[in-house]
Amino acid sequence: MSVTIQIPSALRAFTERKSEIAVEAKTVGEAITALTNLYPDIRPHLFEEEGKLRSFINVYVAGKNVRNAGGVEAAIPDGETLTLVPAIAGGAPLGVRL
Amino acid sequence: MIRLPRKLDAAIRAEGEKTYPNECCGVLLGQIDDENVREVDEILPIDNARDDGEQYHRFRIEADDFMRAEQLARQKGRDVLGFYHSHPDHPAEPSEYDREYALPFYAYIIVAVEKGRAAKLTSWELKLDRSRFETEPIEPIE
Repeated sequence: MSVTIQIPSALRAFTERKSEIAVEAKTVGEAITALTNLYPDIRPHLFEEEGKLRSFINVYVAGKNVRNAGGVEAAIPDGETLTLVPAIAGGAPLGVRL
Repeated sequence: MIRLPRKLDAAIRAEGEKTYPNECCGVLLGQIDDENVREVDEILPIDNARDDGEQYHRFRIEADDFMRAEQLARQKGRDVLGFYHSHPDHPAEPSEYDREYALPFYAYIIVAVEKGRAAKLTSWELKLDRSRFETEPIEPIE
């Protein structure tokens, strides 16, 4: 089944600047695996070294976050869009006050 | 390099002062040219999603907020170029925590806020191998 993956601007450096990639997949996990097979350099930015999806990378299917709705096992209807969405975090260093 | 209109530079500083002693955060929208020069033309202040007790040294932009920013950027024919946040009473330099949660390409603007007054403002980009941030020049524009 054909799935369109929308790539955030930060990760397009690894997808030949393409903002959308079409893959064949039935689940979120299959879609992301297909993406990383096509573009291996994107993998370290999506997965931790142990192979777990980075905590700040979210996957939306049909506009809904699948983190608590099946995760990588979530099914993707044919023709649907999957969007990779990072949550952004940061902050001041500890103990380096001015 | 990143081009930042003076009025948006001032707006980021004002955000940092307004939220002091907590961190402010927001999204940078704009365009990028073929030579990788980014020009910011709009900022979207975002409510810091951290718990109140953590906001003095941490910020988080939730995925739903990022999703809305991405959709707004696409509607306007723009890109999400990066993010800004403040470091209350800390230097305008990225922390190890910033690096762990960063992505390449994006510009990370940091404004130091010293005792409630905005001070140094810097911009950083994560290396592709995620090993460290590198500072990038900011060109002020009108």
